[in-house]
Amino acid sequence: MRALGSGGTALPGLVVERLDANAAGRLAQRLSATALITGTNGKTTTAAMLARILRVDGRAVIHNSSGSNLMRGVTASLVAAASPLGTLPAGCTAVLETDEAALPAIARAAPPSVAVFTNLMRDQLDRYGEIDSIALRWADALKGFPENATIALNVDDPLIASLASGWSGKCLRFGIEDPNVPPAPEGEIVDAVWDPVTRDDFRYSRRYFAQLGRWYTDSGAQRPTPEIAAEQIAKGDQSMQFVLHLPEGSTSINLPAEGLYSVYNALAAASAASVLGVPGETIRDGLQQHKAAFGRQEELTVEGRRIRILLGKNPSGMNQALRTLQQPGERHHLLVLLNDGIADGTDVSWIWDVDWESQADHCASLTVGGRRAADMALRLEYAGFPAPKTPVSNDIGHALRQALDAIPKSEQLVILPTYTAMLDVRQRLGRMGASRLWDVA
Amino acid sequence: MSGTEARTLNVAVLYPELLNLYGDRGNARALERRCAARGIDATVSGIDIGDDWSPEDTDIVLVGGGQDREQRRVQADLERRGDDLRQYVNDDGVVLAVCGGFQLFGHHYRGWDGEIMEGIGIFDAVAAHPGPQVARCVGNVVVLWEGETVVGFENHGGRTYLNDGQEPFADVVSGFGNNGGDGLEGAKVKNAFGTYLHGAVLPKNPRLADRLLALAIARRHGPDAAELAPLDDGAALRAHAEALHTALSGKESALGRRFA
Repeated sequence: MRALGSGGTALPGLVVERLDANAAGRLAQRLSATALITGTNGKTTTAAMLARILRVDGRAVIHNSSGSNLMRGVTASLVAAASPLGTLPAGCTAVLETDEAALPAIARAAPPSVAVFTNLMRDQLDRYGEIDSIALRWADALKGFPENATIALNVDDPLIASLASGWSGKCLRFGIEDPNVPPAPEGEIVDAVWDPVTRDDFRYSRRYFAQLGRWYTDSGAQRPTPEIAAEQIAKGDQSMQFVLHLPEGSTSINLPAEGLYSVYNALAAASAASVLGVPGETIRDGLQQHKAAFGRQEELTVEGRRIRILLGKNPSGMNQALRTLQQPGERHHLLVLLNDGIADGTDVSWIWDVDWESQADHCASLTVGGRRAADMALRLEYAGFPAPKTPVSNDIGHALRQALDAIPKSEQLVILPTYTAMLDVRQRLGRMGASRLWDVA
Repeated sequence: MSGTEARTLNVAVLYPELLNLYGDRGNARALERRCAARGIDATVSGIDIGDDWSPEDTDIVLVGGGQDREQRRVQADLERRGDDLRQYVNDDGVVLAVCGGFQLFGHHYRGWDGEIMEGIGIFDAVAAHPGPQVARCVGNVVVLWEGETVVGFENHGGRTYLNDGQEPFADVVSGFGNNGGDGLEGAKVKNAFGTYLHGAVLPKNPRLADRLLALAIARRHGPDAAELAPLDDGAALRAHAEALHTALSGKESALGRRFA
């Protein structure tokens, strides 16, 4: 077991990359299959779900499981799996969560058997630039894919669905097929999206969240029917139940994760698994054994208190995390942590695009921390939250202590951190003896 | 203050669906909230492409930032409204134009691909994107406006250059400002303010928000009505101080870069 709470694992990769720029490419030649998972939200959880499905299927899996999704993180994962002689054991499948902007380079080093595209949303404009530039990079990356690769596309996202036109190989589509999924709340801000070729607006007969939904355009384009779909979706107790429709037939899933975004992650993982030849019942078993990835809907116990961590890195991700906390009558003790590190995005203005307003009535008490705690506190004051019980603190340890001390032992604390704040608070909880160890498997 | 006469204000947000980058909707929220706290009846309405807009009924125009593709999208509609908007500004109408909106309120903006987008020429300024190879102006920014700090975040590929005689909005203390070279930030014509600062800029800079309100109220209800009761701005001023600290102490502080 690695040191608890140490989330970053790219250092060995950085060293090897310096020494041998083609290390990843050389190692990857021995892989029997490679799945790349990219998109704005859901990469880590989708990769974790796919890795578990493949392991349940009895395969040897190499997986960059701690969110190290740049080239050096991929190199580090492959190096870690190599023998002392520097080769990988035969027959391994790599499951590689891939940063949106790093896709072209990673796909060159580790040519995909299947590449999954989850969604494309507004995220860290200071780092990635505009949505169009990511779409252009992806179109470029597709040209370098092996001819026999399959791309798996979330067709509920029109920006993802349109990737099919730039790919002549096999394409598998996934999406939600359930007329009863509720529409997105009014307050949700969404990027205006339109067809990159015809410049038609994408319109919606129903929008689920962000730009995901049943879309069409005035010139007759419409969301394609997916081969892999979730039907009859119902919310369980901290779970989502649905019928997973696969090309070979349907199977009922009880997914131990909350929210519609978790269903999308499951569909993305199921699509990749299906391409890799995993039978439907194994996909079902793997999904039902899903365990939350580091800091993503993760549950811990510290000092006898239950803690739930819901990572929120961008407006759509945070909106989805919040929607799992908004059952009628439900109120939570919240610790909101806003950092502005490079990996969070140095621009914190995105918090104004999150629909915090709909959370205000579901907040029993509030503590705010992180490097931009005061900015966050101001945003939450605007949203109508109860005033924080203690002054905001830029020190996450201090904020965590205050939040824990402010609530009865019998009640749960929900932590809503940005990425580096999540790593920080997770490490502190680890040192305090958090009972659920980081799942490195 | 003019006795019991109810004070009303109409805020028009141009293209709220298309130019809504970087939390700019926080600006409308700030005006709304600061009005509500003082019993001023503020109405915020969105003006999208093709919508009717009545300058006579408008007290404050807000226009936000968008990616190049969104700026292109609104350009023709904005040009169509050019005469109305120029007249509105000439009649002392209040404007806050941020980032992409600021660029389109100048004479023109040359995008990263070289394509020219005509602006409406309220500010005597031109903007140009130096091309995809040149780094964007990104980071926390502090400017000095009437002797006070205004804080925000900037993220723009375009560089704005003010023509001779065009007054800037503020002087750069830390950050790039209009172009990273002349130390100027934004532009100001009568009651129209243009700036690259988002964040959103008004919630953390309550003095600037109140200036816009006071100008608008004075124009509609007379200068005697423009007095604004002080508010508890504790949270806003803490966020202001934190942003100042971040900009001036951060590794990425552009102050060091500018003089490097």
